[in-house]
Amino acid sequence: MTRFSAWSVFRNGLTGQKDWDRQWRDAQPEKQYDIVIVGGGIHGLATAYYLAKNHGLKNIAVLEKGWIGGGNAGRNTTIVRSNYFRPGNREFYEHSLKLWENLSHDLNYNVMFSQRGHVSLLHSPGAVDAAARGYNTLRLTGSDAEIWQLDQLKQEIPHLNYSANARFPILAAAVQRRAGTARHDAVVWGYARAADSHGVDIIQNCEVSAVLLDQGQITALETSRGRIKAGKVGFSVAGNTSRLWDMAGLGTLPIESHKLQAFVTEPLKPILDHVVVFGVGGTHFYMSQSDKGGLVFGGDLDWYKSYAQRGNLPIAQDVAECAISILPCLGRVRLLRHWSGVCDMSMDGAHFICKTPLDNLYLNAGWNYGGFKAGPGAGWYFADLIANDRPHDVVADHDLKRFERGVNLDERGAGPDPKLHG
Amino acid sequence: MIRIPCPYCGERDHSEFTYGGDGSITYPALDAPMADWLEAVFERENVRGLQLETWHHVMGCRMWLLVERDTMTHEIHSVRAAHTGLAAVLEEKS
Ligand SMILES: Cc1cc2nc3c(=O)[nH]c(=O)nc-3n(C[C@H](O)[C@H](O)[C@H](O)COP(=O)(O)OP(=O)(O)OC[C@H]3O[C@@H](n4cnc5c(N)ncnc54)[C@H](O)[C@@H]3O)c2cc1C
Ligand SMILES: [Zn+2]
Repeated sequence: MTRFSAWSVFRNGLTGQKDWDRQWRDAQPEKQYDIVIVGGGIHGLATAYYLAKNHGLKNIAVLEKGWIGGGNAGRNTTIVRSNYFRPGNREFYEHSLKLWENLSHDLNYNVMFSQRGHVSLLHSPGAVDAAARGYNTLRLTGSDAEIWQLDQLKQEIPHLNYSANARFPILAAAVQRRAGTARHDAVVWGYARAADSHGVDIIQNCEVSAVLLDQGQITALETSRGRIKAGKVGFSVAGNTSRLWDMAGLGTLPIESHKLQAFVTEPLKPILDHVVVFGVGGTHFYMSQSDKGGLVFGGDLDWYKSYAQRGNLPIAQDVAECAISILPCLGRVRLLRHWSGVCDMSMDGAHFICKTPLDNLYLNAGWNYGGFKAGPGAGWYFADLIANDRPHDVVADHDLKRFERGVNLDERGAGPDPKLHG
Repeated sequence: MIRIPCPYCGERDHSEFTYGGDGSITYPALDAPMADWLEAVFERENVRGLQLETWHHVMGCRMWLLVERDTMTHEIHSVRAAHTGLAAVLEEKS
């Protein structure tokens, strides 16, 4: 595989870009692997990469039922930040953000990580106080955070709706400058290419349809491309976790599958330099501008459980209303596309990176709609779990038994109702 | 838009309703063992296919309904009042 460099870009420019190699092999399934990761999203690919790179392991496959990045990895609004506060979540997301900061170099692939800042608008004195408390936590634990008062906010983003007559007038903003966005496909391709260069087989069009068991162990997976024997197995299938769990005969999980939509407008000249978040009275709306110029919008879940990867129209209306209420100048902009992905919403809004009742099965799930930013960190800690057969301290509470112990890693304090976590 | 035939009001857009959650859960007795509560509060089958769930007709009659819906196709298979006494009365009438 050619390494990308200024020289390789220049040389291929001279030959009409015809001499680039395939970026990763189209691997055919072997009969047996030491480690099989099910799910070719960011998490599965990152896990395979770190298993090989950090732990020197070999004979690894990633099985993907469709094409890599065809799931939530390719459907999300690409916001990356680390402003989580619960012990465990705090360290986890900060580690993930640090990995993002060096990811393009580490993978030798431009993931277009843009630290443009994440600006959460605040609309009441209570919200400002709560944000100040949260952001003190960030600063005391080695991350970055700022509160922007109105004058600074107006300087940074002059065209928000600052009207005193707005339904929810803006008072201030909580900001994480190191946060931002990245190019979702590039992250998937970068991890795939890097994992492949360490010898990982990435097998597409390979749907796991049954899990074969013997005495508390998985022996093999039945797939659309034949039976594959496996030493250790990691499930990393986002919204389909309960399906795989069921195939392994393991019963229920503290997870429900809900769908989340994203929207993009027609391309515009640069109009928004930050990620802007508006969340008041239970709404949840976030936007940024892509490099192609489209404004990318995200909102709430569709509110009812669903495995269908298509969104409903009431949410399109809610999202459009939110967009107009904070950036009225978008009134005539047209939406170009909207789509949805199936999210693995957990009972407390936090994830699971843990062992399971089966000796050689490991679980990475419960990413709600925050798993893009988590991708590098999840791959890192999930690989660490699989390689060492014990959880790292940072994810020690991210197991399936935490509720039994009375531990809820509930950032929003929303209670055990999956649809309320975001 | 999903259309839900409310037994009181007739067929309405789902945006008139709020979604409750998994309707197959029954809460145990208050003094039941902790394990039963743990399961009822935190564990879900998360069915892909036909599932029983609760919806509240909050912009209509404000009654809670038990709906059988397919979580893959969103097709509604049955709707009845969640309150068993009311369901019985309604179903007797029709
Ligand atoms: C609309 C939307 C917006 C979002 N916005 C953000 C955001 O701004 N920031 C953020 O941090 N997160 C966001 N998220 C969440 C984030 O996208 C996900 O949490 C994350 O992508 C999940 O990890 P993944 O990439 O590994 O999942 P996926 O890409 O979904 O990977 C799972 C893979 O498993 C495969 N699979 C499933 N079943 C099988 C099987 N039986 N056999 C083989 N393969 C199987 C699927 O095909 C899929 O490719 C958003 C999600 C959505 C839907
Ligand atoms: Zn009604």
